[in-house]
Amino acid sequence: MPKFHLSLTVNGEARELLIDPRRTLLDVLRDELDLRGAHRGCDSGDCGACTVLLDGKPITSCMILAADCDGSTVTTVEGITPAGGLHPVQKALVEKGGIQCGFCTPGMVMAAIGLLNENPNPTEHDVREGLAGNLCRCTGYKKIVEAVLSVEESKA
Amino acid sequence: MIGQRIPKLDAPDKATGRTVYGHDVRLPGMLHGRIKYSKHAHARVVRVDVSRALKLPGVKTIVTADDNPPTMFGYGKDNTPLKGQVVRSLRDEVAAVAAVDADTAEEALSLIEVEYEPLTAVFTPEEALKEGAPLIHAEHGSNYFTRYRYSHGTLEAGERESDVTVEADFELPYVAHAAMETSVVVAAFDHRGHLTLYSTTQIPFLLQRDLSEALGMEGSEIRIIQTAIGGAFGRGLDIYPFEPIAALLARKAGKPVRISFSRYEEFLAAPVRQPAKVHVRAGATREGMITFRDAYALLDIGAYVSWGSVTPLVMMETTASLYRIPHSRFAADCVYTNNPITGAVRGYGNPQSTFFVETMMDRLAVALDMDPVDFRVRNANRPNEETPQGLIITSCGLKECLEAVAARADTARQKDEGKTMKDRPHPSSFIPHPSKKRGIGFAATLNVGGGARIYRSDGCGATVKVDDFGHVSLVTGSTEIGQGSETVLAQIVAEVLGVNVEDVNVLNSDTDVKPWDVGVHASRTTFIAGNAAHIAALDARRQLFETAAEMLKTTPDDLIAKDGHVVAKVSGKSAELGKVARARHYREGGQVILGEGWYDPPTKLVDKDTYKGNISATYGFGAQMAEVEVDTDTGKVRVLRLVCANDVGRAINPMAVEGQIEGGAQMGLGYALTEEVIVEKGRVMNPDFLDYRLFTTADMPEIETVIIETDDPQGPFGAKGVGEMGGTPTAAAIANAIHDAVGVWMTTVPMTPERVLKALMEKENL
Repeated sequence: MPKFHLSLTVNGEARELLIDPRRTLLDVLRDELDLRGAHRGCDSGDCGACTVLLDGKPITSCMILAADCDGSTVTTVEGITPAGGLHPVQKALVEKGGIQCGFCTPGMVMAAIGLLNENPNPTEHDVREGLAGNLCRCTGYKKIVEAVLSVEESKA
Repeated sequence: MIGQRIPKLDAPDKATGRTVYGHDVRLPGMLHGRIKYSKHAHARVVRVDVSRALKLPGVKTIVTADDNPPTMFGYGKDNTPLKGQVVRSLRDEVAAVAAVDADTAEEALSLIEVEYEPLTAVFTPEEALKEGAPLIHAEHGSNYFTRYRYSHGTLEAGERESDVTVEADFELPYVAHAAMETSVVVAAFDHRGHLTLYSTTQIPFLLQRDLSEALGMEGSEIRIIQTAIGGAFGRGLDIYPFEPIAALLARKAGKPVRISFSRYEEFLAAPVRQPAKVHVRAGATREGMITFRDAYALLDIGAYVSWGSVTPLVMMETTASLYRIPHSRFAADCVYTNNPITGAVRGYGNPQSTFFVETMMDRLAVALDMDPVDFRVRNANRPNEETPQGLIITSCGLKECLEAVAARADTARQKDEGKTMKDRPHPSSFIPHPSKKRGIGFAATLNVGGGARIYRSDGCGATVKVDDFGHVSLVTGSTEIGQGSETVLAQIVAEVLGVNVEDVNVLNSDTDVKPWDVGVHASRTTFIAGNAAHIAALDARRQLFETAAEMLKTTPDDLIAKDGHVVAKVSGKSAELGKVARARHYREGGQVILGEGWYDPPTKLVDKDTYKGNISATYGFGAQMAEVEVDTDTGKVRVLRLVCANDVGRAINPMAVEGQIEGGAQMGLGYALTEEVIVEKGRVMNPDFLDYRLFTTADMPEIETVIIETDDPQGPFGAKGVGEMGGTPTAAAIANAIHDAVGVWMTTVPMTPERVLKALMEKENL
């Protein structure tokens, strides 16, 4: 199969890749770019563990062909993590107990950042609706919702 | 350290994507393994032809039943990695491919030709037990796998003493763990022919033994390295065929092989909670004292035996020992069928038995016209008593849990000036709809809280090392599966040694390094591994004090460990831990600071005939209150509020305890209302998250957790297990709330709109 020439800006860095055109964005992030923070939980857009920002908007990276992202900007959990520190959303999740097994966490972080970018002062209802595409089997979500709301509060 | 809300020590790496899960493991030259499953639920395998598949470029090797060792594995010794003669379910593995990438492996599967001769299949225990039914395992001689027969007191006496009796049939479904990370394994052999398995197992040491059987190797030739585990919930409590298959592929290919399940495959081939049909009777006196409880459960364990077949032990405990039960009988039959394999799922029989036991409690309360909480409190287990089943209850906060949730329910009622829940107006802005009825319901739970002796040993080993820099390493046999054991164990060690929790590194993932442990199950880790870590830390502290006493010219009993130092109480002089460690080993005849701990609780295996005996060193208790709204037009049940109170002995880390309860509640809510693996003729019909519905952030009700502390006499710093109790009473509390709202008794879960509507319609017709 002929390769596809993909140009992407990933976490601020311009990348040029020759890829199998059948690869999803998640495949390329994990296998070609060695960015394993986005997790594969279902490969069908149901669980949200692979959530990244595509041109600033949260998407499930398993549901989009990498070729369709040509020329786009992708931000993964690695991209929002400051050197030697934590993004406010990450910090809140850690401190409020919103992380157990952690498999859903990077996707949850990216979904929350996407939500806060769009709506810097969400209500609890907004957060619950905004994160409804990200499944978690460990926490019961309560501490995740509290964490995301606390980010908003600390900003205010 | 103890009682602090300390964030999980592994959380920052998890939040930043640094954590290496099974799916992230990459070894040089690693191949991708895929499994070909059976096309039939029951068939003779006539021929497996892999020749075309082998020719596909990129395919490195293929294994079939010809590659199996002659040994059988599994709890019932009825399983082999690949199936050669007969396939017994649609999840049966007939061949597996290792290829350079997953796509090639997948393509190769389609090129493997398998010829089958279909056999009659049986899909219910009733069919399987019929005269002349096909035998799932001919060599077993019957489709019965096990029978459990338990009793105490005499049912006849119980019935005689009863003023009211109630009776009902329950039907309970398949449920999936639905861990966010699917099953995954990486197998690699070294030059000696020794196997290293990167695994998300919950039982690393038992898996060594199980794999040795499945592969015909010595256990000493198998090393298990546990990666970070993306949820497990009981899935990792047994060996499953994909693990030895990965090893067979790796051995044959001479290269490491990874098998990672797709979500579809996870629903198809990972074990599920076994379905059960249960007949229950119970009675009580006019004064509100329980007289008897009698249950019979028929369990479909699937085509091979795994831990699903042992859950009656737990159902039995709920039936015979939740509340004071003077007369009780419990019987269960576990039956082979051509359905999916059933294993351990969080709660391990208890969500099922608590559903039937606790809804029957409400039926009795209604028959007696008694408040359901008063009725429960009247019959509640008390501290320091032995149940007729032989459970020795030491700390017990059942009454306190019930009262705690009831008090919060009362508050809700009082808010509306004494109106009952049913009369309360809808709290949201839109106009209350006459079809929406409200109710509240209660349920309690009893769960092992001090280990569970189902193997001869229920032990765990630990070592605590203090290095030259005063840094502490705890090596524990136990396993972190997200529940927070790393952090809780670090807190225990930090408390004993007087250091910060961040100064304790917990190592727990390699069978070549860590001491033995039976596994992470039965809510046992805080209690068992906590006690082992506590003992090891005390041993390390004794060594520190011995040397520090010489250094500070005092006696060990004058010393305390505080702020990273050993401090003499009288003189106030102190020495930093690292300095003490150095002083101990930089000298003639020097020694390292290395504390050792082993804890095996003072419990017994249940008697093999009577099933009596004290299986756990202590028991956890809990109660929940659910407020629901039932739409009588659609049957839709909305849970508005769930209050969960749990007796945890002592909360070493309240935030982690809440996390266990809230997460358990998410599973309990799913069990109650949405989660069911639908299996038709052996086939899973809803193998994805669109059709198998987990509760999301948007679905979750308001949850309040109440921690009841009873200071367990044997627990580490008074703690006992809580891992499974969060979800066990939820379905019963919701069913009882539905009855309070609309007057129907639900006898099956999930209580979907269709089922609730059907129950409502049946009630109307009466």
